[in-house]
Formats: sequence, C-alpha cells, structure tokens
Amino acid sequence: MGLLDGKKILVTGVLTDASIAFQAARLAQEEGATVLLTSFGRQAKLTQAIAKRLPAEAPVLQLDVQSQEDLDNLDAAVREHVDSLDGVVHSIGFAPQSVMGGNFLAAEWADVATALEISAFSLKSLAVATQQLLKDGTPGGSVVGLTFDATLAWPVYDWMGVAKAAFESTARYLARDLGPDNIRVNLVSAGPIKTVAAKSIPGFEKLDAEWPERAPLGWDNSTAEPAGRAIAALLSDWFPATTGEIVHVDGGFHAMGS
Amino acid sequence: MAYTEEEVLAGLAEIVAEESGQPASAVVPSASFTDDLDIDSLSMMTIITHAEDKFDVRIPDEDVKNLSTVGDAVSYIAKAQA
Ligand SMILES: NC(=O)c1ccc[n+]([C@@H]2O[C@H](COP(=O)([O-])OP(=O)(O)OC[C@H]3O[C@@H](n4cnc5c(N)ncnc54)[C@H](O)[C@@H]3O)[C@@H](O)[C@H]2O)c1
Repeated sequence: MGLLDGKKILVTGVLTDASIAFQAARLAQEEGATVLLTSFGRQAKLTQAIAKRLPAEAPVLQLDVQSQEDLDNLDAAVREHVDSLDGVVHSIGFAPQSVMGGNFLAAEWADVATALEISAFSLKSLAVATQQLLKDGTPGGSVVGLTFDATLAWPVYDWMGVAKAAFESTARYLARDLGPDNIRVNLVSAGPIKTVAAKSIPGFEKLDAEWPERAPLGWDNSTAEPAGRAIAALLSDWFPATTGEIVHVDGGFHAMGS
Repeated sequence: MAYTEEEVLAGLAEIVAEESGQPASAVVPSASFTDDLDIDSLSMMTIITHAEDKFDVRIPDEDVKNLSTVGDAVSYIAKAQA
C-alpha cells in the first residue's frame, strides 16, 4: 500500500529533473497518487519533456501565476483529467536578477513587486484557484509549498528572502482561512539545492557553502529527494492535525548556532 | 546499440530544428548554438533533455557549458554512449 494511494495531486514547478517539484511528483506517483503538472510559456516544452521521465507520464496544464486568465481556467483544466484534488504542491519562485546577489539597497519596487507576486502572493492565488477542487476531494486536502528560511537575513538572497517571509506569512493566513474547509497548508523549508532557480541567484555558492559542515546531518545540495519525501508526507493522511506549519528539511542547519 | 556520429548529427538536427524553428539543414557541425542558431539557455536545456532521452546519455550541466557548437555536442554524445 502506498502513502498516497488514490490521491489526486496537482504539482506546479517541474522544470527539470533537478526541480524539487520533480522529486515530489515522482515520489507521489510511486506512493500511488495520480499527478497533474503545470508549467507556462516557453518553459512548458521543457516540462513536457521532463514529464516523460516520471514513472508515469503526467499531463502538463498551463499556469502562469501572473495570469488571471490561467488561474480562472485552472479548475476546468484540472477537471479534464480528474474530478477533484486531494493535494496541491506550490513549487514556484522567481525574482529578477536585479533584486538578488547583494544589491539589496539598489532594488526598485517594480522588480520587488514581481518577486512578491510570483513567489508569495501566488500561494494565495493557487490556493483559491484550486479551493473548490480540494473541497470536492476527500476531506483533509493538503497544500504544500517550498520556502527558504525567512527568519534570517542571508548573503545574496536579498528580496527573494523578503518574498519568502511574505510567503511564510501567507501560508499561515491561508491555514486560518482554509481550515474550516478541512484544507491544510504547510511548508517545507529546504536547504540549498542546485536547481535552475538556485543557480540563477548570483552568488548562490555563498548561501550554500557552510551548509554541509553546520548541518548535523550533513547536506547534499545535488538532490531534492529529501524535500520531495517531506512534501509527500505532508500531502498524506499522516499529518491530519497539522496546518500553518513549516517543516525544515535542511539537515538540521536551522537549529544550530554555528 | 550505439549511434554513429552521422546518426547523432541527424537526430540532433531534428531536435534543434524543432526547438529553434531553424531548418534542420542549418544545424551543421560548425554552427554555434548561441551565435548561429539563436538558442538561449532555456532552449538549450530543452534540447539537451530531448537529446539525453533520444540517445540514452546523461549530459551534466558542467559539460553543457562546454558545448558551444553542434559538432561539440555530436562528439560528446557519440563518446558518452560508449
Ligand atoms: N533550490 C533551493 O535551494 C531551494 C531551497 C528552498 C526553497 N526553494 C523553493 O523551491 C521552489 C521550487 O524551486 P526549485 O529550486 O525547484 O527551482 P526550479 O527552477 O526547478 O523551479 C522553479 C519553478 O518556478 C516556476 N515559475 C516561475 N515563475 C512562474 C510563474 N509566473 N508561474 C508559474 N510558475 C512559475 C518555474 O516554471 C519553475 O518550474 C521555489 O519556491 C524555491 O524558492 C528552493
């Protein structure tokens, strides 16, 4: 028996097979779930190619979280494949290069706004766009997002860090407002992993450097599997009374003083 | 069953043409992905993914950086499948 037998799960954010979302989708399928993916624009062709590497090829729906039209169409697009959802994975992040990499003081609002819209507000947009589907699913739906510890200031992460603070707060408010529908909202706070998004942060090595030594369990930045496993667990029925929570999948780094 | 360099070139030309919108005949060994075929990093990732699946090889990112021409990619793939 799989952890997610019979569950229907929408996974955003699969771009390459290094993507955190790819591991989440793969493990969800291995644990018995039916998985649908989303992608957008020119990236969709790459997502489609990568979808073929999953244990079972998954359909790729169009979703740019900046497009109200895509958000409005999402419910119907999902219903072409399944009649409801039991889980939604938010694995979306973006900030213009100008607001990362150490230029915190020079950042301009238009670029910061883009980072906040795509990386934080989109959790609310996605949750609302899938709310009816989750209500139609088995009671105890689950929304899971990915964060990078926003309680501290980091080298080079800059406005993406501010966006993550907004994202973590958004998750708590969503937990409050979706709780009455028996929908849980939780985040996985992952250590650094070499994905396309991470490599697009100028100076990512500075963020990443101390991790393997400081984390008591050590840290391997070449695989998103540990994060994917935590996502699968949070999607499952084994966290039935947990919402508004942040589970650290960082080798224990966050708990150490130095 | 290994592909010959000619077969790799033909297969790669199809993939590159599909992704870039350029005619397959433009995908010659001397062509530079960025300068001659107008391929950006997203397109390159897509091409590499298709090539990996078609030729059953893995091309790590560190190596992709060194593949500046079609010929570089063809010889890399031909060697990698050995
Ligand atoms: N890689 C890390 O070190 C790390 C650590 C902690 C948290 N995270 C978070 O994990 C999540 C996934 O990132 P990843 O590291 O797997 O990188 P990734 O590049 O594989 O995934 C980022 C995804 O965001 C999607 N995206 C960007 N703009 C979008 C838009 N407008 N609409 C819809 N989708 C959009 C991209 O299509 C891509 O699939 C992000 O929220 C990221 O901040 C990453």
